[in-house]
Amino acid sequence: MSTILSISDLSKTYKGGFTALHPLSLDIERGEIFALLGPNGAGKTTLISIICGLVNASTGRVAVDGHDSIAGFRRAREQIGLVPQELATESFETVWATVSFSRGLFGKPPNPALIEKLLRDLSLWDKKDNKILTLSGGMKRRVMIAKALSHEPRILFLDEPTAGVDVDLRRDMWRLVRRLKESGVTIILTTHYIEEAEEMADRIGVINRGRLMLVEEKDALMRKLGRKQVTVTLASQLAALPPRLAERGARLGDDGRALTWIYEPARVQAGMPGLLADIAAEGLTVADIDTRRSSLEDIFVDLVKGAQ
Amino acid sequence: MNLRAIAAIYRYEMDRTRRTILQSVVAPVISTALYFVVFGAAIGGHMGAVNGVPYGAFIVPGLMMMSLLTQSISNASFGIYFPRFVGTFYEQLSAPISVVEIVAAYVGAAATKSVILGLIILATAALFTPLTVQHPFWMLGFLVLTAVTFSLFGFAIGIWADNFEKLQLMPMLVVTPLAFLGGSFYSIDMLPPFWRSVSLFNPVVYLISGFRWSFFGTSDVNIVVSLLMTLGFMAACLAVIGWMFRTGYRLKA
Repeated sequence: MSTILSISDLSKTYKGGFTALHPLSLDIERGEIFALLGPNGAGKTTLISIICGLVNASTGRVAVDGHDSIAGFRRAREQIGLVPQELATESFETVWATVSFSRGLFGKPPNPALIEKLLRDLSLWDKKDNKILTLSGGMKRRVMIAKALSHEPRILFLDEPTAGVDVDLRRDMWRLVRRLKESGVTIILTTHYIEEAEEMADRIGVINRGRLMLVEEKDALMRKLGRKQVTVTLASQLAALPPRLAERGARLGDDGRALTWIYEPARVQAGMPGLLADIAAEGLTVADIDTRRSSLEDIFVDLVKGAQ
Repeated sequence: MNLRAIAAIYRYEMDRTRRTILQSVVAPVISTALYFVVFGAAIGGHMGAVNGVPYGAFIVPGLMMMSLLTQSISNASFGIYFPRFVGTFYEQLSAPISVVEIVAAYVGAAATKSVILGLIILATAALFTPLTVQHPFWMLGFLVLTAVTFSLFGFAIGIWADNFEKLQLMPMLVVTPLAFLGGSFYSIDMLPPFWRSVSLFNPVVYLISGFRWSFFGTSDVNIVVSLLMTLGFMAACLAVIGWMFRTGYRLKA
């Protein structure tokens, strides 16, 4: 894969002296889905806003498919579509007019067939002549996505795309994002719903307090930092934890029967078979076993807490 | 040049005028027509001619100019302020469109509306008083130049304003008084020498004087000076708007 977006030493300090973004470099690969995770105020929106031309950078540069975002702003921006976090729409315009307006703004000739396809894909076709003020919040979010896609961008920024939308719409959006990826569009999304990133992203970036803490392939990240928790329910109650199991790091629940062990698969060779062998060596009988793999959310929380 | 983007913004602004035709066109035409009825037809009949021009006809260029100034400012300022206010201006900032193109689109639409309005007012005035335009080319030239210049001024106000009160501040508290005191209803030659000199600091005097010259061939100040003052004000507005976009003033953090 080749780089479609290159960010070098980008930083932003606002007039009041607050540094929203410390010097940050990042390359986004063509055709990938990149999820940028971070708590509120981490700098996600500032980063996206600089790339899209809404905020001036203090230092650094952005190149979109080799075009500098300042010197070659036309070629750079025509490749980018942005769905901002805030629901901002022209209330008195119709859906059709506002989506067509966006296409014109990006210098593209009218293409009613494309606009129709977009509106149908986003379940907006029957609302095409409605004024935007008559639409629900979820529908307005779809309109903003249609506007961002109206000029056929090669890179799509989705800033909290599913914030405040119902489950059906969220699933619809996930499907749409996958279709876009299949058509070669690079997608960069920020989200509070970490399961969304876990479900869709190829790579994950974690940003906190204006610093990019890590960038990793999602699967590699899950392997590297993911943990497993095993809960073994014993057939009989124990008065105390046998030393062999205590050395392993297992804990005994208050009921004397639930034995819990958390381990990192990448670091522990034997894993669960080793635990079961130790339990058998102690002459204990297993009644039930439950395992749980830590989610991306757990990893994210650990990373952010660790940084604090 | 992103001509399609200019056309998209221009069409959007003109559509807004069509949607709000009562407020954008009918209301200013009626209020200006009332001036013609009261000051032209009713009171004007009892007034003497000014510089050889019947009073009813004399006030037409001034009233047209007054309407042109206020409408150019309000059209352009609202055009840029509203998308900023509702948050949709992110699209223009993130689109492959230059500052010159953004200004050309918004100011072009606002000036078009003002020129159309000015011509409707002229046609309305002709219903109340006999009118001849001695220099129609210059009349149209002044109309367009003033509409563009004050649309640029309005555009700058629309960026400067961070609430609706500020948006109304300049037209209501500055431009309307300047238009009233700029010779809309009288020739500044009718004033005592001191107040005549003071009036020369009012930029609107030059606009009205030049415009009136295109109608009747007489003016309070030299036509070249009128033209230069208008062009100077236009250059100042362009410089301010250029600075606003360069620094991101109230547009970009």
